[in-house]
Amino acid sequence: MELMEIGLSHYLSLAAMLFTLGVFGIFLNRKNVIIILMCIELMLLAVNVNFVAFSAFLGDLTGQVFSLFILTVAAAEAAIGLAILVVFFRNKGSIAVEDISSMKG
Amino acid sequence: MLTALAFYLFASVVLMSAIMVITARNPVHSVLFLILAFFNASGLFVLLGAEFIAMILVIVYVGAVAVLFLFVVMMLDMDFKNLRKGAMQYVPMGIVIGGVLLAELITIFSAWKFAPDADQNLAVPFKEEGGLTNTEALGQVLYTDYVFAFQVSGLILLVAMIGAIVLTLRHRDGVRRQVVSKQQTRKREDVLEVKKVTPGTGV
Repeated sequence: MELMEIGLSHYLSLAAMLFTLGVFGIFLNRKNVIIILMCIELMLLAVNVNFVAFSAFLGDLTGQVFSLFILTVAAAEAAIGLAILVVFFRNKGSIAVEDISSMKG
Repeated sequence: MLTALAFYLFASVVLMSAIMVITARNPVHSVLFLILAFFNASGLFVLLGAEFIAMILVIVYVGAVAVLFLFVVMMLDMDFKNLRKGAMQYVPMGIVIGGVLLAELITIFSAWKFAPDADQNLAVPFKEEGGLTNTEALGQVLYTDYVFAFQVSGLILLVAMIGAIVLTLRHRDGVRRQVVSKQQTRKREDVLEVKKVTPGTGV
C-alpha cells in the first residue's frame, strides 16, 4: 500500500474507519436516538464508499447502481425513523432510549 | 500526485467530521458536520469517476435527509444535556468492539486483490470506446437491466412517504373544518323558518 498512489485499499480503509466511527458513535450516544440515526447514516455512507470504490477499480457499473438503491433505502429509513421519533416525543415528551420500553412484556 | 492530495484532503475531512458528528455536544452541530461529511464523500466519488452518485449524494443526503434531521432536531426542543449523562460508561465497550471491527476490516481490506479472472465476470463493464458519460452509462442499465429493482425502490419510497404522513398526521379536536358534503345536503326547510309577523305586535 503505497502512500502517494491511491488504490483500492485506501478507499476500503477509509470506509472501514467511517463504519467503525458509526458503530462507536452508537455506543457513545446511547441515549440520543437522533444521533444514533445519524450514526446509521454514516455507516450507510461507508458502505456506499465501498460499493463505488469496488465499482471504479473493477470497471463494473453494478456497484454504482446498487449504491443508488442504498441511497433510496437510507432516505426512506431516515424519514420513517424521524416520523416515529416525532410521534414518540409528542406522546412521551422525551426521546431518551431508556424511556422507549413500554412494549416490554 | 494531485489526485493523492485531493484524496487525503477529502478523506481526512470526512473522518474528522464523522468524529465531530458523534462527539458534538449540540445535535445541531452534529447535523452540520454530517452535511460536511457528505459533501466531502461526494468529492471522493468524483475522484473515483462516479459523478452521478456524487451529485445524487449531495442532492438526496444534504438536500433532503440532513435538512430533515435539522428540522426534527429544532422541532423537538428538549434537554440534550441530560441525554449525554452517564454515556461514558459504555465507551470502553464501544472502544473494544470498534477496535476489533476496525482491525479486522483493515486486515482484510489492505491486502485486497481481485481474483485474476474477476474481469471476465463483470455484469456491466465500463464501455471504453462509446465515450459515454457516467450518467448515461448508469441510465442505460438502470432502466433496462435493473428496472425491477428500480421500481421496487420507488415503491419503498412511496411506502415511506405514506408511512411518515400516517404516523405524524393527527386530528385535533375543536378545529372547525369545511365539510362539503354537509354543506351540500343542507335543506332549506331544516334551517329556515318563515314567520308571519303582524305589524305592531312583534315576534
